[in-house]
Amino acid sequence: MGDGKRVYLTKEQILTDLRDGMADAVDLGDIPELSGDELDKLMDIITMPSRMVGVEAGMEVPVTHDIGTIRLDGDQGNSGVGIPSSRLVGCMVHERAFGADTMELGHIDYSFKPVKPVIAQEMQTMEVCQQNMIIPLLYGAMPNMGLYYTPDGPFENPGDLMKAFKIQEAQESMEHAAKHLTRDIVWIMQRMMASGADGVNFDTVGAAGDGDMYASLHAIEALRKQYPDMYIEAGMAGELMLGLHGEMAYDGTVLAGLWPHQQAPLVAKAGANIFGPVVNTNTSKSFAWNLGRAVTFVKAAVKASPIPCHVNMGMGVGGIPMLETPTIDAVSRASKAMVEIANVDGI
Amino acid sequence: MGVGDPMGMPITHIMTSGMSGIRAAGDLVARMEMSKSMRVGDAKNYVAKKLGVSTLDLSDEYVMRELREELGIGVITSVAGAPKGIAAKMNIEKLLDIKINCCEKFRQKIR
Repeated sequence: MGDGKRVYLTKEQILTDLRDGMADAVDLGDIPELSGDELDKLMDIITMPSRMVGVEAGMEVPVTHDIGTIRLDGDQGNSGVGIPSSRLVGCMVHERAFGADTMELGHIDYSFKPVKPVIAQEMQTMEVCQQNMIIPLLYGAMPNMGLYYTPDGPFENPGDLMKAFKIQEAQESMEHAAKHLTRDIVWIMQRMMASGADGVNFDTVGAAGDGDMYASLHAIEALRKQYPDMYIEAGMAGELMLGLHGEMAYDGTVLAGLWPHQQAPLVAKAGANIFGPVVNTNTSKSFAWNLGRAVTFVKAAVKASPIPCHVNMGMGVGGIPMLETPTIDAVSRASKAMVEIANVDGI
Repeated sequence: MGVGDPMGMPITHIMTSGMSGIRAAGDLVARMEMSKSMRVGDAKNYVAKKLGVSTLDLSDEYVMRELREELGIGVITSVAGAPKGIAAKMNIEKLLDIKINCCEKFRQKIR
């Protein structure tokens, strides 16, 4: 199930769920269906008797990471396993023990804004990591525009303003927050680039709605202008760009209501090298329903994207159950399906 | 990928779909995707041509283990005296005909 619980379904039930999940994506995104062959292949992948599956030889793809080393040293009640270790150790474990193709360095709070007071620490950690590592090492953080609103930030909370029917004031608050977020991301990444970072990973773009995406796209644009060779990956927070502002646009396109295949060209236009499409998992539906839906959305995004797509496949996205210890049989099958059917360039 | 415990998330994805990083040539293919926005097929072709191997060999530990040591682009196990860290990345720059930011910064600091 979408929450990770093991259930037993007949072949007919699995096929029905695959088709229903696919149909939901087709209906919402106005995108093409999977072919009969692709549905058959999905069915084969899901019903393989082995615990783990793998892509066919030659179809392997590079992987990129969100959350950095926090999954090793994090110990705050999430999926971190609380191993006391430095971030250098965490990065090197990923490179040399896990066989990671790339890695990212991230701050324990993992949003851009709280990096500002500890920027010197981040810069020196990046320098030390770059001296020791060989795989590409990005600096990763969440734009997380919510931190710019009261009580955490300087601008009045748009939610409170909207409740008081102050719609224009709410929009203005989002516009101000977006400008500050863009400025902060650029400021932080200028310093990380001075410290030898390969680039940046924007994790969960749009988590605070269209203003969050607006700010991120402008930060990407500014960084690309200043650093033509910088690696920029932008992964989304959700499948649908929520229109909290409703009228914010980039390159003439209103951001509210965009689906993954519509988000990809804008992220490329801003100057990113890699786009990370997201499809949310419905915990009340089966793995087959969620995977059929996710593969349909992501296949359309990969086709529409002018840049490589590394699909987001953490817990609760990309067909993967919403569980801090994601079930290996489901992760493995979802991973294979995204590579072999959605044709992703990476995960 | 994203959030999840190490065994359930990075290890499972890498075992299922990944290119094994410096055990094989995953880091090199990733660099071409990220430095030139190459799609995975183009990135693999580019790297394979530079290495003089087939694209299938890029995920083959047997082929890449010796080749990486020979080219000085970093190996996953300890080899005394072999280029590591920035030294290995400087060799990767030459091999792939790209610039790597930390190597540029390193060169700027040498007087």
